[in-house]
Amino acid sequence: MLMFNQLETYLYLALVLFAIGLYGVLSRRNLIAVLISVELMLNAASINFMAFNRFLAPHPAVGQVITLFIMAVAAAEAAIALSIIMAVYRKLKSINAEQATELRG
Amino acid sequence: MNAGFMAQGLATMAFLLVAGMTLLGALIAVAARNIFHNVLGLALSLIGVAGIFIYLNSPFVALMEILIYVGAICIAICFAIMLSQPLYLKGPPRSILKSLGALLGAGSVLGFLLLLTKKTRWIPAAERSQDWSITIIGHYLLTNYALIFEVISLLLLVAMLGAIVTAREGRGSS
Repeated sequence: MLMFNQLETYLYLALVLFAIGLYGVLSRRNLIAVLISVELMLNAASINFMAFNRFLAPHPAVGQVITLFIMAVAAAEAAIALSIIMAVYRKLKSINAEQATELRG
Repeated sequence: MNAGFMAQGLATMAFLLVAGMTLLGALIAVAARNIFHNVLGLALSLIGVAGIFIYLNSPFVALMEILIYVGAICIAICFAIMLSQPLYLKGPPRSILKSLGALLGAGSVLGFLLLLTKKTRWIPAAERSQDWSITIIGHYLLTNYALIFEVISLLLLVAMLGAIVTAREGRGSS
């Protein structure tokens, strides 16, 4: 059995990618770096959808459509997040997540 | 040597290359100190993911991946980096404790999902269509998923307006 013709290969790959992204979200303090890690996690989800679509799904277009939706939502999310980061930087002169504590009581 | 065997070996090698690119890029994107190296790592990883999509029989989605992620999102992040904190300013040093905690959290999630993937038996659908053409995607977008399609276009519009309103502060009229 060929390696790239097995569902499990892709699932494990997506898993590792997701874990790397999660580590980035938890450990980084730079807001832009957190955004980058979130993009990695979204991509891991996309790989999963595409793998299930290739090996299990009854119709091979559904997973592709959903992956396209994930991309569109990721683009919207990136635009909003980047503009918020710009606004935070203008206010606080920093994009460190630990210094954005204006709302703390 | 058998020609089919050689082609399979080549395909496996290319797959390993693409998968390695994805993981290496992800590691750079998460671990490098310089935020600009992070973005380059993200771009490398996304190109690798596009290659994986090609292995999953979907060249159209792979092209979209490169177009949207590498072409649009990475460039937007580059703009944000250049408009915010100057690169020569060193950030605060990383605390070992925090990295260790993050490693623990990510590792436990990884272990849990690994176990889940190993234990599950994946059963393919009884009847699988073999039509992989792009036409089908278009049909789905305009019939079954027409509502989601419209909602997502509305979402993009709202996100665009929101981004403009959030980021324009300090440009005169306000």
